[in-house]
Amino acid sequence: MIEIGTTLPEKVFYIDRALLKAYADASGDQNPIHQDEAFAISVGLPNVISHGMLTMALAGKYVSDWAGGSAQVREFSARFIKPVIVPASEKVDLTVVATVTEVDGNTVKLDISATSAGVKVLGMAKAVVVK
Amino acid sequence: MINPDSVGRTFKGVEHVTVTQAQIDSFSAVIGETNTEVAPPTFSIRISLSQYESILTQPEIGVDWTRLVHGDQKFEILRPIVAGDVFTCSATIETLRVAAGNEIISVRSDLHNGTELVVTAWSTLVVRG
Repeated sequence: MIEIGTTLPEKVFYIDRALLKAYADASGDQNPIHQDEAFAISVGLPNVISHGMLTMALAGKYVSDWAGGSAQVREFSARFIKPVIVPASEKVDLTVVATVTEVDGNTVKLDISATSAGVKVLGMAKAVVVK
Repeated sequence: MINPDSVGRTFKGVEHVTVTQAQIDSFSAVIGETNTEVAPPTFSIRISLSQYESILTQPEIGVDWTRLVHGDQKFEILRPIVAGDVFTCSATIETLRVAAGNEIISVRSDLHNGTELVVTAWSTLVVRG
C-alpha cells in the first residue's frame, strides 16, 4: 500500500566530466559549456556545468527504479533552476528523493527533489508512474 | 529576434529518425540502466533537440542556437520507445515572450511512429539577449 506523503529512499548519483562526455555522445548535445572549461567560463559560467537533461535523466532513473522500470513512467517534468557545476577531476553529487503526492489505483504521482552540493537544481520536478 | 508570426504554427520535421538498440544502450549506460528493452523516459530528447535545432534555426523563425538555454522540460509518454521505432517529429511554437531581454519560447514536439503518437514533449527554451 502506497500512501500519500510517503517519502521514498534517497539515492545519490555522481557526475564527473567523463559522464558529461558520455552523455554528450549518447544524447547528441555537444554544447561546449558541458565539456570545455575555458569556453564555459568565457560565457560567464563558473565552470563546466552538467546538461540539465542529464540531471533529469538521472532523476528519471531514480523514478524508474522505484516504479519497476522505464516502461512504468508516463509523465515526467522538471525546471532547470540552477546548474550542476562539475569541476575537473571531481565527482559531484546529485542527490534525489521523492514524495508520493497522489495515488489513484496503480497510478502514483511523485514530487521529486534533486540537489547538488546542497543546492536545489531541479524545480517543480514531478512524475506520474504506473506502479 | 524570433519571428512573432511563428507563434501557433507547427513545423514538421522532414527527417524520419530510426531508433537503434545501440542508441538505447548508450543512453541507458550513462544513467546506469541495465534493462534496455525499452528506452529510458527522457531518451526522446535526443530526437526532439536535434529536430528543434534544424526547425527553429530556419531563417523564417530565427532562433539563435548558440545563445540557447534549456529552461524546463516535460514528457508525456504514451508508450515506451523501443528499437525500430521510426519517428517524425514536429515542433509547435506555443508561446513566445520577452523577459529581462531574453526571448522565451515554449515548443511542443510530437513524436509519431507512422500515425501513432508515442511521446509529446514540451520544452521551454530561453534565448539569452
